[in-house]
Amino acid sequence: MAKISSRFLREGRQLPPELEDARLEIKQICEEYGLDFFETVFEMCTYEEINMIAAYGGFPTRYPHWRFGMEFLEMQKSYEYGLSKIYEMVINTDPSYAYLMDCNLVVDQKLVMAHVFGHVDFFKNNHWFKPTNRKMLDQMANHATRVRDIIDREGASTVEQFVDMCLSLDNLIDPYLPHIQRTRKATEEPEDDGSVGRLPSERHYMDRHINPPEFLAAQREKKASQAEKAARYPEEPVRDVLGFLLQHARLAKWQRQILQIIRDEAYYFAPQGQTKIMNEGWATYWHTKLMTKHILTDSEVIDYADHHSGTVAQRPGQLNPYKLGVELYRHIERRWDRGQFGKDWLDCTDPRERKAWDTGAMLGRDKLFEVRRTHNDITFLDTFLTPEFCREQGFFTTKFDKKADEWVVDSREFADVKKQLLQMLASRGTPRIYVYDANFANRGELLLTHEHEGLDIQLDWASVTLANLAALWGRPVHLETLLEGKPIRMSHDGSEVTREEVR
Amino acid sequence: MLNIDRDLGRFRDIVRGRVRRDLRRYMSSGELIGRKGKETVSIPLPQIGIPRLRYGKNQGGVGQGEGEGDQPGQGPRAGDASGEHMLEVELTVDELAEILGEELELPRIEPKGNRQTKTTKTTYKGIAQQGPESLRHFKRTYRRALQRTIASGGFHPGRPIVPIKDDKRYRTFEVETEPRSAAVVVYMMDVSGSMGNEQKEIVRSEAFWIDAWLKHNYDDVETRFIIHDASAREVDRETFFRTRESGGTLISSAYKLALEILQKDYPPADWNIYPFHFSDGDNWSQSDTKTCIKLLRDELVPMSNQFSYAQVDSQYGSGQFIKDLEGAFPEDEQVVLSRVPNREGIMNSIRELLGKGN
Repeated sequence: MAKISSRFLREGRQLPPELEDARLEIKQICEEYGLDFFETVFEMCTYEEINMIAAYGGFPTRYPHWRFGMEFLEMQKSYEYGLSKIYEMVINTDPSYAYLMDCNLVVDQKLVMAHVFGHVDFFKNNHWFKPTNRKMLDQMANHATRVRDIIDREGASTVEQFVDMCLSLDNLIDPYLPHIQRTRKATEEPEDDGSVGRLPSERHYMDRHINPPEFLAAQREKKASQAEKAARYPEEPVRDVLGFLLQHARLAKWQRQILQIIRDEAYYFAPQGQTKIMNEGWATYWHTKLMTKHILTDSEVIDYADHHSGTVAQRPGQLNPYKLGVELYRHIERRWDRGQFGKDWLDCTDPRERKAWDTGAMLGRDKLFEVRRTHNDITFLDTFLTPEFCREQGFFTTKFDKKADEWVVDSREFADVKKQLLQMLASRGTPRIYVYDANFANRGELLLTHEHEGLDIQLDWASVTLANLAALWGRPVHLETLLEGKPIRMSHDGSEVTREEVR
Repeated sequence: MLNIDRDLGRFRDIVRGRVRRDLRRYMSSGELIGRKGKETVSIPLPQIGIPRLRYGKNQGGVGQGEGEGDQPGQGPRAGDASGEHMLEVELTVDELAEILGEELELPRIEPKGNRQTKTTKTTYKGIAQQGPESLRHFKRTYRRALQRTIASGGFHPGRPIVPIKDDKRYRTFEVETEPRSAAVVVYMMDVSGSMGNEQKEIVRSEAFWIDAWLKHNYDDVETRFIIHDASAREVDRETFFRTRESGGTLISSAYKLALEILQKDYPPADWNIYPFHFSDGDNWSQSDTKTCIKLLRDELVPMSNQFSYAQVDSQYGSGQFIKDLEGAFPEDEQVVLSRVPNREGIMNSIRELLGKGN
C-alpha cells in the first residue's frame, strides 16, 4: 500500500501545514470519542481533478468507458454554472482516501475532514460493509488493466458494446448474497410410489377422516407443484441474475471476464446504496459534534452554519438522507439517554408520562455505536422510526393526483409513512427480478419474473434491457410482470420485443 | 491528468453520432443561421443513459415539512433520478458542417488557375513502431523478426519466426494537403414578397449550411452574395443571412448581376464557378423567364462548373420557374435542380445539389 500512497501523494497533493494541524487535531478528537477508522489519506485536488475522481466513483483508475466521460462533463458543467459542487469524496478502502477541493474555505475543509472520519468509521465497522474488498483500489486498477488487454485483443467497439450490455443489467444482483449462504437444501425426496401423499391409516373406516378429499386434493396440488419445480432450473428463483449468467450463459472467455468485473464492482458498491441514510447521518452527526464542540473558531461560525445548513436543508417535499439520518441518530441517542426503551416504555400509553420519561440511563452513545455496527437503512428505520419522531419531523406520504396533474400529500399517519419509506428503501428504484426458469418452454429460453410490489416497470427501458439480456443469453428471454394489474410476459427473441398477456 | 480524456473523447464521439442522427432537426431550425465557423452552438440532447430495469414514474414517496406552500408540485421519487437530465453539448458550426458533409463534394471541380484552394485528406502510408494491434503491418513485422532471427543466428528453416515487441511495425496515417483548384461560389437568394417567412427561413437555412460546409472543407473558396426581388444587389454575408425584404420578382436581375460580377472578377479559365440560386420559382412574367433561360444557356451555364437551383414550395407562388428550367435543360448535367418541400427537405436538397456522383 505504501507504493500507492506515494504514487498518490504527488508533489502538491499533501495538505498545507494549517490543514495538516487541523487533521491531526480532528483525528485525535475522533479517537477520543471512540471512532475507529482506517488510516485516512487526505489529498488536495483542483475542482477538475475532484470531478474526474468523482466520475470514476472515487477511484483514480477505472476501465475505459464513455459513461465516466459523460458524468465528468456533467459535473464539470454544473460546477461551472455554480449549480453544485462536491465538498467531499471518500472511498471505502484500507487505507481510506479522501479528496479535498483546494478552493474551499479552511472551515469547509475542517468540516469535510470531520465528516470523512465519520464515513471511514462507518465503512470499517458497519456489518454490511464487511464483505467488501478493502483493497478495491488495486482491484479496480487490475480490472482496468484486464479490460484494456481485452480491448487490445478484441477491438474497442466490440468490448464497449459488451460492457454496455453488462452495465444495463448490473442492478440485477442480490445485495444480501454476500451475507447469506444460499446453499441448496439437501432434500431427500422419498421414492415416488405414484400415490398422492396419503397419511397412513390402518383402519379403513378411519381413512376418510384421516385423508379427507380436500386434504387429498391439496396433497395432489402440492405434488404437482413439486414436480413442476423439479422440472425447472434453477429450482429456487435466483435474484443474482448476473451471477447466474456468469455461470450458465454461453459466453466467450473474455466476455465472462468482463461480466465478472462488472458484477464484482456492482457488489462492491451495493452496501453504499443499502446504508445511504445511516452513513450520511453518521458522518453528519460527527461533523456537527466535532465542529460545534471543539473545532470552530469564532470567526468561522457563520460560514459553518451556512454550509452545514446547506447539507441538511430540506427541499420542499423531498427527503434528504443527511437530515433524516442525523435526526434519527439524535432521536435514538435521546431515547436511550432517558431510558425510553424496554417493556415498561412500550407498555406505557400515557402521552404525558411518555414525554416526561427519564430514567437517567445515559446509554445513548453506546446505543449509537451499536446501531452503526449492525443496521442498514431498512432495519434502521424499521426499528427506530417512532410516531413521536414522525410527528416531530412532519413526515407525510405523497401520491400523484391524476386529475390535478400534480403530487399531493396523501397521508400523515405513522403507519402509512413508515410503510411508504420502507418500500422506497426496499426497492431503491430497482425492481426485484429473479431468474425463474433457464429452460423455459423446454427450449433453453430464459424466464425472469418480477416480484411486483405495486409499481410497474418502465417499459421502454425494459425492452432495451431485454434485448441486451437476450444477446448475453444467446437464446430468447422473457420477463413476466404486471402491467396495470394484468400479468404480461415481455419476450425478446434476439431481434424484436413482443408483449403478450399471460393466461 | 487522469485518463478521463479518453473516456471524454469517446463520449463526445457518441454524442456526435447522436447529433448526426438528429441532424435534420438541427438543420431545419433557423437559430444557427448567421453564425461563423468557430462559434460554438449549445445543443440540448436527452441524457444518454444505460437502460436498466427500473420503476416507471407512478411512484409515491415520502416528504417532510409542511407539504404546502411554494412547490406542492414537487414530489419525490424514490431511487435515483438520473436519466431525466438534459445534456448540453457544445459543438462548433465547423464540426456540425463536418458531420453534415461527409458525403458531399463540390462537383466537377477542375484544376484551374494559380490561386489554389486546398483540401486535406489522410492516408495510411506511414510506418511507426507503436500503434494499435489492428493496424499491425504483418509483412514489415515479419521482415524485422526474420532479420533479427537471422542476425542472432537463431534461424533454422522449419522453425517458426516469432516476432518480439521490437519487431512490430504499424501502419500510421499522414495528413496530406492536396492542392485544389480555385473556386468561387455565388449565392443568389429570392427575398420577394411571394415568399413567406417560412420559405425565406428554409432557403436561408439551406444556403447557410451549404456555405458552412464549403467553408469547412475548402480553404479559400471565394463567396459572393446576391439578394434580389424586382432588382438585384450584392450584399455581404451578414446581410445575406439576415435581411428581410419584399417586392416583386425579376429573376433575370440576379442572373445579370451574377454574370457581371463573374465576368469582372472571375475569368472562367482560372476559376471553378458555382452559382447557387434559391427561390420559390414565382417569376414576374414569362418573358422574364425567357430572358433568364437565355442568360443561363448563353452565358452563365457554359462558364460554370455547375449551376444549382433550389426551389422551395410556396403556397402563394406558381412554382413555375423550375418547370421552365426542366424544360429548357432536360439533359444538361451542369444544371442541377432541386425541390425543397419543407424544412425536413433541406438535407435531401443539399445532397441533390452537392452529392457525390451527380
